[in-house]
Amino acid sequence: MTMSRQGVQPNEVIDRSTKLRFRWNGKRFSGFEGDTIASALAASGEQIFSRSMKYHRPRGILTADYWDPNLMVQVGDDPNVRAGHRLLEGGMDVRSQNAWPSLNRDIKAANRFLGRFLTAGFYYKTFMRPQWLWPTYERVLATFAPGGKIDLDTPHAYHDKRYTHPDVVVAGAGPAGIEAALAASSAGASVLLVEHEHAVGGHLRYSSDAADQADLAELRAALEASDIEVLTNSTMTGRYEDNWLGIVQRNHPVAVERLIKARAKTLVVAPGLIERPYVFEGNDRPGVITSGAARRLVNLWGIKPGERAVVFSANAEGDAAAADLERVGTEIAAVIDGRAGGRISSTTGSSRAVEAVMVAGPNGAQRIEADVLVVAAGWTAPTSLLNMAGDRPVYDPAAARFFPSDPPSIVLATGGLAGDGDLDGLRRHGADTGRLAASRAAAVRHRLQARTARAAPVNGDEPAWAPDERPPLGRDPHPELYRADTHGMVDMSEDISSKDLVAAAHEGYDSVELAKRYTTATMGPSQGKLETVNTVAAIAEARGETISEVGTTVWRPPFAPITLGALAGRMFEPVRVSSIHPWHEANNVSVIQAGQWLRPDHYGDPQAEVRNVRRNVGLIDVTPLGKLDLRGPDVPKLLSLLYVNKWMKLGIGRVRYGMMCAEDGVVLDDGVTGRLGEDHYMMSTTSSGAGGVWEWVENWLQTERPDWQVHVTPVTTAYASINVAGPKSRELMSRVCEGVGLDAEAFPYMTVRDATVAGVTGCFMWRIGFTGELSFELHVPAGHGLHVWEALMEAGSDLGVGPFGLEGQRIMRLEKGHFIVGQDTDGLTLGPSTGMGSLIKLDKDDFAGKPELAWAADRSLPMVVAIQPDDPDVVPEEAAQIVRGDTNEILGRITSSRHSPTLNRSICLGQVEPDLAAGGTKLTVLLESGERISATVIDHHAHFDPAGERLRG
Amino acid sequence: MLLVPCPNCGPRNSTDLRYGGESHARPDPNDASPAEWRAYLYLRDNPAGWLRENWYCASGCRRWFSVERNTATNEFREPPLPGDKRGGAA
Repeated sequence: MTMSRQGVQPNEVIDRSTKLRFRWNGKRFSGFEGDTIASALAASGEQIFSRSMKYHRPRGILTADYWDPNLMVQVGDDPNVRAGHRLLEGGMDVRSQNAWPSLNRDIKAANRFLGRFLTAGFYYKTFMRPQWLWPTYERVLATFAPGGKIDLDTPHAYHDKRYTHPDVVVAGAGPAGIEAALAASSAGASVLLVEHEHAVGGHLRYSSDAADQADLAELRAALEASDIEVLTNSTMTGRYEDNWLGIVQRNHPVAVERLIKARAKTLVVAPGLIERPYVFEGNDRPGVITSGAARRLVNLWGIKPGERAVVFSANAEGDAAAADLERVGTEIAAVIDGRAGGRISSTTGSSRAVEAVMVAGPNGAQRIEADVLVVAAGWTAPTSLLNMAGDRPVYDPAAARFFPSDPPSIVLATGGLAGDGDLDGLRRHGADTGRLAASRAAAVRHRLQARTARAAPVNGDEPAWAPDERPPLGRDPHPELYRADTHGMVDMSEDISSKDLVAAAHEGYDSVELAKRYTTATMGPSQGKLETVNTVAAIAEARGETISEVGTTVWRPPFAPITLGALAGRMFEPVRVSSIHPWHEANNVSVIQAGQWLRPDHYGDPQAEVRNVRRNVGLIDVTPLGKLDLRGPDVPKLLSLLYVNKWMKLGIGRVRYGMMCAEDGVVLDDGVTGRLGEDHYMMSTTSSGAGGVWEWVENWLQTERPDWQVHVTPVTTAYASINVAGPKSRELMSRVCEGVGLDAEAFPYMTVRDATVAGVTGCFMWRIGFTGELSFELHVPAGHGLHVWEALMEAGSDLGVGPFGLEGQRIMRLEKGHFIVGQDTDGLTLGPSTGMGSLIKLDKDDFAGKPELAWAADRSLPMVVAIQPDDPDVVPEEAAQIVRGDTNEILGRITSSRHSPTLNRSICLGQVEPDLAAGGTKLTVLLESGERISATVIDHHAHFDPAGERLRG
Repeated sequence: MLLVPCPNCGPRNSTDLRYGGESHARPDPNDASPAEWRAYLYLRDNPAGWLRENWYCASGCRRWFSVERNTATNEFREPPLPGDKRGGAA
């Protein structure tokens, strides 16, 4: 079969005045604007487009559209491009996939002689034993994997996302879908019409009938005149709960792809029908094409599919294809009428081309010479979106396809999916569907709005739910044509034959879902659109049952493959930085991502930062620290309920440390809370716990204690927070603070004061000591954070002030033995395990987790302890296991470890079994390298200044 | 994606909310036996059908609310009025 370009066709989509040059496997080719890659190659006489997955058989055009399994190519660095769909562009570098060294001479084609060994489950059966050889198997098999080549240096393309809330979304812009969109729009609905192909029109696009063309022109004009949003070359990939729809838009002017998430009030499903290939011997030989392929080739691109054709037709499309072929000069050797019982049996020829078609007859097979066989054997209803809506389509043997059963009332099917009819009938059904969709959408809209307390008020009562009174479409009888009297390929993407499926069924994989997974039928690039029903038919035949009895597989999202780029799209997760961040960036900061925050990790040398804090004074930006402003007379009760310790008598101006446990007694969060006024408190949480604690507080107040008077306001980002730490911090603070005494009597440890700092009023600060140093934690109205930071830096220049980051802070808190929730504790660490058991006041009437903590008090628990390796130079990895002697019995683990610049030795926190928690206990730590080191538990959590003299100073 | 009916904000994408799970009453912490307390912590009815459950309107009004949902069909019943106290499904 050699295809060739013919004279101008009335409805062709190519612009013959615009020639596009491109390369195919390194050679120069040309096509026209409007060609797909495949049509341009076919017009130039190319017959072989790919090699099949397993047997490396030469493959040509089958369906000439998106679903064609034989047209996967590489375009530049873009693998697995569908040449049947992707439009040709000038300068494209197109290459074949899955062939080596070349498409014409593929060494792996030797596989086809192994066909009888490469049966279903071949890989499972063959490469199981011996197991130790699997890495070798894997390496070799990887070279046989199909698909294009991924270039890891490919630049990132721009992908976008969009959210939209139309009343009605229509999937499929064939005549029924367009009518549905027009009718819904006329009824006042906002409508989004989504079409997979490059233009609207559905099957009318490749019809040569003048009346069809007049209808199409009319529909297009009506669309143009409407305010319907039309997306072509866009695929609805999924339908989820409450008509949440995923749409990949490929025709965006700027973004390579845009993922649209639409919430439709009603969805109209009008994808039309997909032509189903027929199974017979030699059905994958280049030259065997579907009737749709023949019609597209002739009418869209002016291509003559071959010189001499046999047409196997079981429907009107097949007859029309024969007429199309004749018009462009293909000799019709025979039309075999499937409706009248005519059957084809096989094709013969070389591996590269059909030479003859064997037609079954009463006196045995008759040979008809031809270079192209056009097959119109029936239709597959792409019920994917209905499946995703929970519908289970039902098979109708008289029409030889599946039909919708009972989709949800906000999902309406029309067009070929719903039934058959002449063009007027399909259009009428589409319009009826559009009106029904618009009416129900209005009711849904009313209901959604009425349920939204703060939305604009709705007018009147909810519109009545319109009953479905659409006159149904008929169903044309169609012969059940799945397999001829010979065996052939069922799944051309995966090289699965009907023999393979029969064999799988006989091996016991006789349910469709099992056979599919065992053979991988329907799991290739065509994703079942072409081969699902033939697969079901083969299994049914092997079981001696009907297709209805066997049932079909459930189509799940996505309808068509989505690129990872489209899914990733644009990031909508905010990146948060403090108002001081510009200073960090200007000062050699190394940032670390902590949740949504970008935070200073260090400014070059964290160990030097620690030494400077211990000797002079340092500043750290702790803005992400969670801050909840609590007001009301019942705040002390709330604090008593959420923290394990007591809060009823906290004086104004005092600050207290608290630990929170969940209801299961596991440590949830910790931090200090200060009393700023009579009924005014400020709770601080860990940075990572800020959001969770807020929810936790709201949950208790709203559900368990709704009668309490407490108002909670999250003020985490309302304040910039700066911790000023080090022996010279008081001197530094005295230079910038007004109206507040800073000496130890006026402003002692664990108190809070309002202050004016560097001229900024409305600040508060508390004296706490996470670093173990004398320190003042300043909270400044966020807009003034940078100003205050710079003022501190300037005022302290002669004191040696310098910044320190999270890493320095982590080292210093470890020197001090302060645990971090989530680092030194885990999801099983009960309150007493932290070593802070004395905080837990079981004589309180109630608090979160009280029963568990009461029961835990009687048990011995794993404990958080401070550990020092005996060799001061070895810093064990965090999560290194603590084991018993030379065994692998795990007795605990290192949870934090650092080199301490203050002590000039390795220091750790760890969790150990209860009997190892006493000071002086010798431990064995198993390093990642396999080496075991000895370490000692020390008496107190603090490696440094256990008496706390420095921070109280 | 499920539309969850917040009593203030109206139907919202479920990703705007935090799922609080099945509603269950908190036993008296001073009386509860370990079995009762752990049933409160861990045991859920998980019915295929109507379930009273809690949601937190995390990206909206920040209200915790209870609502009944049919776990087999994802149908919601009219949410109770704001201020409802969390409690066992009656």
